[in-house]
This record gives sequence, structure tokens and C-alpha cells, in this order.
Amino acid sequence: MNELVFFINNVLIAGSVTGSIYAIGAIGVTLIFSIMRFAHFAHADMMTFGAFMVLLLTTAFPALGPAIGVPTALIMLPLAMLLTALLAVGIDKAFYKPLRAHGVKPIVLVIGSLGVTLMLQGLIRLFAGTSGQSLYVDDRKEILRIALPFEGARAPIVVTEPQLYLFVITIVCVVALALFLNRSRLGKAMRAMSDNPELAQASGINTNTIVAVTWVIAGGLAAIAGTLLSLDVTFKPDLSFFLLLPIFAAAIVGGVGHPYGAIAGGFVVGFAETLAVFNWNVLLRPFQDSFPAWLELPSNLAFVGTEYKIVVPFFILVAILVWRPTGLFKGKVI
Amino acid sequence: MNNRHPSYTPVDSTVTRRFPVREVVLFAALLVAVLGVYAIMGAAYSTRMLVEAACYAILALGLTIQWGYAGQFNAGVMGFVALGGFCAMLFSVPVNDAFWGTELPGELGRVLLYGLAAIVLVIGVSKLDRFGMPKLLRTVLAVALAVVLYLVVISMLREVTSEIQSRAGFVGGFGLPPWTGWIVGGALAGGVGYFIGHICLGLRSDYLAIATLGIAEIIKAFLKNSDWLTRGTATVSPLPWPTPGPSALGFTLSRAIYLSLTAVIIAVIFFLLHRAYHAPWGRMIRAIRDNEVSAAAMGKDINKRRLEIFVLGCILMGLGGGVLGTFNSLFDPQGYLPLNHTFLVLVMVILGGPGNNLGTLFGAVAVYIIWIMSEPLALFIMQLVASLGEGAGWQMPTNLESRALQARVLVIGMLITIVLRFAPRGLLPENIKSHG
Repeated sequence: MNELVFFINNVLIAGSVTGSIYAIGAIGVTLIFSIMRFAHFAHADMMTFGAFMVLLLTTAFPALGPAIGVPTALIMLPLAMLLTALLAVGIDKAFYKPLRAHGVKPIVLVIGSLGVTLMLQGLIRLFAGTSGQSLYVDDRKEILRIALPFEGARAPIVVTEPQLYLFVITIVCVVALALFLNRSRLGKAMRAMSDNPELAQASGINTNTIVAVTWVIAGGLAAIAGTLLSLDVTFKPDLSFFLLLPIFAAAIVGGVGHPYGAIAGGFVVGFAETLAVFNWNVLLRPFQDSFPAWLELPSNLAFVGTEYKIVVPFFILVAILVWRPTGLFKGKVI
Repeated sequence: MNNRHPSYTPVDSTVTRRFPVREVVLFAALLVAVLGVYAIMGAAYSTRMLVEAACYAILALGLTIQWGYAGQFNAGVMGFVALGGFCAMLFSVPVNDAFWGTELPGELGRVLLYGLAAIVLVIGVSKLDRFGMPKLLRTVLAVALAVVLYLVVISMLREVTSEIQSRAGFVGGFGLPPWTGWIVGGALAGGVGYFIGHICLGLRSDYLAIATLGIAEIIKAFLKNSDWLTRGTATVSPLPWPTPGPSALGFTLSRAIYLSLTAVIIAVIFFLLHRAYHAPWGRMIRAIRDNEVSAAAMGKDINKRRLEIFVLGCILMGLGGGVLGTFNSLFDPQGYLPLNHTFLVLVMVILGGPGNNLGTLFGAVAVYIIWIMSEPLALFIMQLVASLGEGAGWQMPTNLESRALQARVLVIGMLITIVLRFAPRGLLPENIKSHG
């Protein structure tokens, strides 16, 4: 029974946490992909930027959260989203728009976004240093222990407070995005543009507005994902290259240009990561007696060590590119 | 019309015979800069800088044929460089008797054989549908078998490697001359490039960038964490040189000899690339880059040509990484950074002129000089700002040096975006001949 609790803590909860973060990041990437047709490599650093803004605001007003009863970082999140969205629109105006106006290939935009990612990285590390910092400046990280009402289950299920917020915020984001894309005029215009930019423009849709709205959404979501990740662990300024691969893998697994696919892809990648680093010996050990005598289980039955976690999204990416390059839910751009 | 390569502009064929003013001026300026560095920093330091610049030139030539000739963007140069460095280390480091003298090599070989057998078995099972097995059943069977066999082999490998680590430290090298390591490093990098290219080159160009970025991080993670193979963070040094070392001849002379060795390598690569570029093969590659559809209509096998050029570029990167690793005389997997080994090379290529070998050489040396000189400069500026700030009562953060390094990240990023926007063809643009 304890083994099962261990499994729930280490796979189900951890997988949903990383999955949600990847999903929110991948939605932004996939939206940019579908509107502007290029892989936005600066997305992970936009996430870091959002988290950094939250960190700055939290250190500036540390007493705000305890007064209300929620972590200060969460109160500051909307402001940080706004700032990151502004940054995203500004970056587009300054760097991507001239390139687009020049009529370059998408791959040149990709290189441009790598330049942007380096600039953001440089700026963030210049001001934040390179060490990790906690977003909990003045408040305490609550840890909930839910004891199971079963015989023999001594270990409780452990969920931390930021993880609960993370689940709530992810659901809110997904519902809001679905409503926006399906019900609002702007959302429909976005979908039209992702289907066929020329036709959308010909039917009177202002493509510049759509591009700006896409950046606002992508920036806001990036700030959310970055903040939630930093709340769950700590704020680290140099995560970006390790985040890029899972996020892109999630977007491609779900089918590029497909927001719901990106959510599914995020959870696929997140769970695959936690399942791969989970030590399966823990689950098999209770059945050791019923195995034949010659079969002795090694103490470490994980597929990959935690230090090789990055192999998992890469493997998923390779598998999907080989067998189904359009993604699980037929992406639009290929 | 949007499909054209940014560097594509038809040039009148009559001006191709002009006197190369731009080249002469730029290279003269470069010579002045090199002499200036020699005058300020001393001969030993400057020769070292030149050797490293020459190694980077090999990497840049590898990237210029991928990006400049064929328009493929490789965002994981670091991984191929690290592979080259690893092979240089593995082949040249003296033999470790604590490992080879025991039964451990046999154990390791046995596990590797098991791994090979497992792969053969899984492939065999995945072909069972040819003997009338339902496809679904075959897939389920193959995947289940692969998972189980993988777990079995990886557990055995973990046992053996931890044994090696505790008893012998690490595998050690083969004690062969370094150039064998360089060649194998190139071949290994080419093999990885083939694997990646085979998967990604038929798809969107962005996917190649994503996949190469990923494989670079994976290679680094592997080299960093396989302590039994590379000593991981403990690093391996010294790596023997193929030329007389500093202990025999002193720093300046030994480095100068190494520099001439790299110069010979670059000259050979440059000559071969020059021939290939002007050969029908090179024309075909450029035709594919500039207009894929019409090249396909002319009956060219686009994916195969793309794969060729990608693998060729990766081989050069592996080779360059080997030469660089041997010169540094230290194998430190953590020293491979995306900034130093991917983006710096990218800046060299796009600044120098993608597709123009001479421009790439110029870019490599020029950017490397700027890069090396920027470190003391950035620190100096930071200290200046700090002293000014202290006067104004502002508390400066303590870790000034690491922050000065971050300023270089910013500068490299700015260089990339500025060059892409204002000089997309580089300082020495590709000289495209038009034939009537």
C-alpha cells in the first residue's frame, strides 16, 4: 500500500505538475507556430523573465501576501503577465517584424529568436545572478499531507500548496483559452489566420492585431508557466535550454498549431519523464516472493537516471517525427 | 518569392573578376588586429588565441556548409564538438592498467554484446508480421520485449560501470596518437548527424534546429554523467599532443607548431570545399537551397543531398572539436557550453558570410579575437561602473566576474539579431555567379 502511495506521489502528482507547466508553455509555442510559422526559441527565456518579474515584485512587496492569505508571488502574477506580454510585443516589434517584412525564410526567424533568447538570458543573469532563489520571500510553503483511510497505508499523499494553485491555474487557463478561441471574435480571427493567412487578410482581418494578440497571450502564458515552475521548485535563471526541448516536444507531439494538442502533448511529455525516472523496483518489490527464485530484481529499475531526464522528451520527439510527423492531433503546419 | 535564401541576389557576371578590395581590406585589418594582440598580450598568449581561432575556423567551416551552402540550421554544434573532444581524449590518453589488467573489460564487452543481441532480437520481433502475425500483436510484442530487454541490459550496464568506477576510476584511453581520435571523432559526429538528419531533414527546417539543440544537451549530459567513461566532472588531463609539447619546446614554439598543423588541416579542408562548391555537386546543393521545388523538378534527390551535406558539416565539427580538445589538453564535459561552442560559431558564420569560405575564415578569427578580448574588457567596464556606483552610494553585487561573463551572452545575442537584420549576407557575401 505504501508503495502505491509512493507511486502516486512520485508519478501522478509530479507528472501532473511538470505536465501542466509543459502544457502551458507549449500552448504559447504552438500559437506562435500557427500564426507566425516559426519555432520560437526564446519562449523558455520569456518564462524565466516572467518568473523573474514575479521575484522582483515579491521582494519589493513581501508583506502583501501574508496580509491576504495567498503567496505574494501569486498576487504579483497578473502584473508579471502584463510585463511579459509587453516584452513579447516589444520583442516582436523590434526583432521579428523587420525580419518578417524582409520576407525571410522561417528558419532565419528561428535564428533571430535564438539571438533574442541569448539577449534575454544575458539580461536576466546580469541582474539576477546565476544561483537559484526561492519565490517564497516572506511566506511559508504549505505542505498538505493527506493520510489515506486504508489499513497499512502509513505514508500520506503529499501535495504542496503551489502545486494546488498550479492545478487550479492550469484548468482556468485552458478553459479561458478554449472560450477565447471558440467564442470571441478575436479568437476566431486567430484560428482563421492560422488556417490561411492570405484568406484571412483578404476577408478583412487585421493581421497585425492578430500577431500582437498572439504575443500577448504567449507572453502571459509564458509568465504563468515560469512562475508556477519557480514556485514549485526555485527560480533558476539558467533553465531555458532544458525547458525548450520538452516544450517543443510537447507542441510537436500534440500537432503543431493545435492548442488542445499542445495541452495533451505537455501531459504526455510530463508523465513520460516522471515514469521514466521512476524506480519500478518499488512497485515490484512486494511481489518479490511470487517471482521464481532465479529472478532477482536489481535495486534500481528506473529507465533513465534523473540526470538523463532530457533524453525522454528527445526520444518522444524522435518517435513522433518518425512515425507521425503531424502529431497526435493532426497539426496544421508541417 | 519568399522561398529564396536571404543571401540570394543575382550578381552580374561581369563584376566577378573585379579586384577583391573588400577581402584585402578586411584581412589587412585582421592582420593589424592580430599584431596588436601580439604587441599587447605577448607571444605565448596570442599564439594560443590563434590556435583556438583556427580550431573554431574548422567548426565554422562545418557550419557554413550546412547553413551557407544548404540553408540547414544546426543549433547543436556544441554536441558534435564535445563528441570530437571526447574521442580525442579516449584515443590519446594512456592506457589504464587498473582497468585493462582485470576482468572488467570482459564484463563490459559481455554487457555490450548482450545489448547488441537485445537490439537484434527486438528488430527480429518487429519483422514477425512477415510471417503472418497480426500487426497489432507484433507491435505490442516488440514494444514489451524492448522495454524488458532494455531494463535487463541497463541494469547489467549499471552494475559493471559502477564496478569500473569504484575499482579502476575510469576506462582510460587507448594510448594511440591523437589524430586517430580526431578521425574517429569526426566519424562519430557524422554518425550522430546521419541519425538526426535522417529523421528531420525531410520535415520543416525548424525541426532540425530543435532536434540538434536536444542532441547537444543529451551528448553533454551523457559525457558529464558517465564517470566510468570520461571521469565526468573530475575531468581528464593532460591530453598528449601530436606535436612536441610545451615542456620540450616552451609555450610559444610548441603552440606555433600546433598552429601550423591546424593551418594545414584548414588548408586541406578549404581546398576540398572550394572544389566541391564549384563542382556540379556544389551547384546542385545551392540550387536545392535557393529553389527546392525546381531542383526537385530537375530530378535531384533533395533529401539525400541534404543528408550528405549535413553529415559532412557534422564530420567537420567533430574533427574541429577533436583538434580543439587536444589543444586544450583537458577534457571537461562541463566546459562545453551552448554559448561558446554553438552560438559563437553561429556568429562567426553569419558575420563572416555564410556560404563564403573565405568570409567564414575571416569571421572565425575576427570574432574569436573580439570574444577573447571582450572578457578583460567586460570586467574592466563592470569595475568602472562599480566604482562609479560606489561613489553614488550604490551597493555593487559581489560576483562581478560571473556577471561580466553574462554581459558577453547579451552581446552575442545582440550581434546575431543585428547581423540578421542589417547584414544578412555577412561582411564577405557569397559570390553568386549568374550564368547568362
